[in-house]
Amino acid sequence: MTPTTPSAQRPVIPDARLSEVQSLFQPDENATAFLEVDLDGSLKFHKSALILTDRRLLARAEGQKNWQIWDLQSDSRLLLSDHAGVGSLELMTQGRRQAVWRFTLGLQASASRMVAQLERRAAQLGGEGRPLQAALSEAVCPVCQAPLEEGADECTRCGREDLAPPSTWTLLKLWRFGRPYRNQLLLGFALTLASTAATLVPPYMTMPLMDEVLIPYQNGKPIDASLVALYLGGLFAAALLAWALGWAKTYILALVSERIGADLRTTTYQHLLSLSLEYFGGRRTGDLIARIGNETDRINVFLSLHLLDFATDVLMIVMTAVILFTINPTLAVITLLPLPFIGWLIHVVRDRLRTGFEKIDRVWAEVTNVLADTIPGIRVVKAFAQEDREAQRFKDANRHNLQVNDRLNRVWSLFAPTVALMTEVGLLVVWGFGIWLVAHDRITVGVLTAFLAYIGRFYTRLDSMSRIVSHTQKAASGAKRIFDILDHVSSVPEPTQPVALPARVTGRITVREAGFRYGNRAVIRNLDLEIAPGEMIGLVGHSGSGKSTLVNLICRFYDVSEGVIELDGVDIRQLRIADFRRQIGLVLQEPFLFFGTIADNIAYGKPDATREEIIAAARAAHAHEFILRMPQGYDSLVGERGQGLSGGERQRISIARALLINPRILILDEATSAVDTETEKEIQKALDNLVRGRTTIAIAHRLSTLRKADRLVVMDKGVVVEEGNHDQLMALEAAYWRLYQAQQRQAESEGAVLGGVVQEEVKA
Amino acid sequence: MSSLERNPMGRWVWTDAHGVRHEQVIVVRAYPVTAPEQGVGIMDAEGHELAWFDRLDQVTQRLQEQLRAAIAEREFLPEIQRLKAVSSLVTPSVWTVDTDRGEARFMLKGEEDIRRLTGKTLIVSDVDGVQYLIRDPLALDKHSRKLLDRFM
Repeated sequence: MTPTTPSAQRPVIPDARLSEVQSLFQPDENATAFLEVDLDGSLKFHKSALILTDRRLLARAEGQKNWQIWDLQSDSRLLLSDHAGVGSLELMTQGRRQAVWRFTLGLQASASRMVAQLERRAAQLGGEGRPLQAALSEAVCPVCQAPLEEGADECTRCGREDLAPPSTWTLLKLWRFGRPYRNQLLLGFALTLASTAATLVPPYMTMPLMDEVLIPYQNGKPIDASLVALYLGGLFAAALLAWALGWAKTYILALVSERIGADLRTTTYQHLLSLSLEYFGGRRTGDLIARIGNETDRINVFLSLHLLDFATDVLMIVMTAVILFTINPTLAVITLLPLPFIGWLIHVVRDRLRTGFEKIDRVWAEVTNVLADTIPGIRVVKAFAQEDREAQRFKDANRHNLQVNDRLNRVWSLFAPTVALMTEVGLLVVWGFGIWLVAHDRITVGVLTAFLAYIGRFYTRLDSMSRIVSHTQKAASGAKRIFDILDHVSSVPEPTQPVALPARVTGRITVREAGFRYGNRAVIRNLDLEIAPGEMIGLVGHSGSGKSTLVNLICRFYDVSEGVIELDGVDIRQLRIADFRRQIGLVLQEPFLFFGTIADNIAYGKPDATREEIIAAARAAHAHEFILRMPQGYDSLVGERGQGLSGGERQRISIARALLINPRILILDEATSAVDTETEKEIQKALDNLVRGRTTIAIAHRLSTLRKADRLVVMDKGVVVEEGNHDQLMALEAAYWRLYQAQQRQAESEGAVLGGVVQEEVKA
Repeated sequence: MSSLERNPMGRWVWTDAHGVRHEQVIVVRAYPVTAPEQGVGIMDAEGHELAWFDRLDQVTQRLQEQLRAAIAEREFLPEIQRLKAVSSLVTPSVWTVDTDRGEARFMLKGEEDIRRLTGKTLIVSDVDGVQYLIRDPLALDKHSRKLLDRFM
């Protein structure tokens, strides 16, 4: 991108402000950045405007009359820092702080642009100093920090459309899943039409039966048997037809909706898997399981049952109305009169029910969350004898669930009887008005009976139709929760035009000026690191120093918010995620074994591996022997979290898993810290096989395990503080030295107490 | 005599009882929400504890003022006193609220960003990670409660 001043593309200062500040500027003074901070010195919400020009910095708090002005000098700097959601921007000149402004983190991006502008300017003024954050001065998306394309106002990476409030219309989005089945759906609709029409024949038959058979008989005429047989035959034929058509439509539509539901579930799960770890970090397992399991099912039932019924009902009502009008318009008007009223009632209740159902969903997720929290932590619960407390927590969540349900049921229970009452009233009106019409000889008794037969059904349909309100709301809130997942754009997006990796990846990793923020906390700041192919790096530092985050960034579980990470000189964001991850072997502190055989677990990253390859990998990982000692050898089943295997054994299986995919880059995240020293030696042997010839990044709490590392990188608070081998770092007598001394002391004191066996602390 | 002063760079400097100066210290509360007046610590730039005060009101007047000033410029947890309006009843939604620090607008990304801290206290995190506190939802006025209820 060419370093043009933003003023060339769009105005730096918003038009509304321009008039009042124009007079402040000296001749040929150009504004280069504008920022409106939203907090004052005591962190109260109060706006202040900041204008950076090529020679001065101007600031004015809202409500103040005069602008404060600082002249820029060659050593003027703006320092940007943040803590707990508040960013501060400090103007430093000659080692003194001239002023400080504070703002909430939403303004971070604009603030860093201003910093970059000043740095660029200061570099010009003083001739020294490198524009550190030049990259940031490009327009970046305020949401995901991705650089915007030139001239684009909207970020293509995250987009903001998912921030529009969803509604019942969310259900229309389901059409995306219905489209592949449109032919079946069309057929189903035609069948629905036909079957509904068929069910409307019998009431029509009551008219001639009454007028031509029964009434004449009462007036003294004999019953015409052939006529009766004709009508009854017609009735029976219509019933049979309705039965057959009804069966066909229900079957076809249920078939289709079941498929739509299955597609929805698969697509959602597939999408969920593609989301970044960041997404999973912010969600609870129970909630996600509920969404994919229950919500898709709810939508499915809605489509196959409720929506179908509703469509049938609407058709029925429309057709009935048409028939009634053709028989007698006056009576039809009276009959249909309650309809708008019921429509209004439905509308009123609809709102309350929707919020109610959403609430129930949330409360329900709360109940399952208690379970999801407690069951994996059952050892802690039992160890601290807190079963009663957890039971109480569940009880409370359940009681809350009851309360919310009770409140909703109060509205809901009133709804159905009200509709029923209206049905009765409607019938009463038709009876009354019908009798009056018959008395005035305006209609025959047959017409009245037909009307009563029609609207007897008519109102029951209205009753069931009113239920669609709640069903739609339930399905809509379910659909919303599903589309929350589906519409979530991964914060680790696949590149639109991926760069292909060369056939032989050397494994050079370059981290340049990387920064990463987790929530409102900057975890990695301005980090530079160069790892040569085949080099083994040991990452050292206190917990919380950003080691694991750095590794997660290198694995691209998250994307850096600033800077770049490159593999063989290619930004990893330009590579296809799967291609890139295939280059990485990961061995974690707590190896996760999936339910399945040991062989399946080893071959997890390469499902088509041959049995020989699996055994070779297991041998190299020193896992072969203990696997053979198991009753079913490689076919032994290992359960959830690999129970039945020791920590060391599980770890060696996961090492074999990493070995099998033969990655160029190896990441050992505290691979040996969860086991005792004896096992550690075993694992270490396995690891040595693994590390050979690969670029390796090892995180270890225990410094002794990093002796083989070519280079140690000491991290503290998200920055690299020292680099070098063990001896060099010891000679520095700084951060590494302190860490080492502390561990030596600990090892000695533990050695004294435990007789040489270093005991691992119990992991909670 | 120990003291907490600001240097020309605007950073806080702690001079302990032995007269040792510690540059760039930060003052933190142990329980900013549940017991703001108790448990205040001074930490150095590496995050090691330099001093600890059980209660804020038990230190000298001067120190107390300095401690409060240092806390005030770091701590930011606006307490929502009133929900004035929400852009929509389903998330994402832009909330306009009155806080103890003035009126604020922020975007709530999802209902899961409203979390229960301890007891009744709620923490609301906005889309940028700024956190807001609702000390007692039941103590809010009816309008606010009604709006909040739609998200809870």
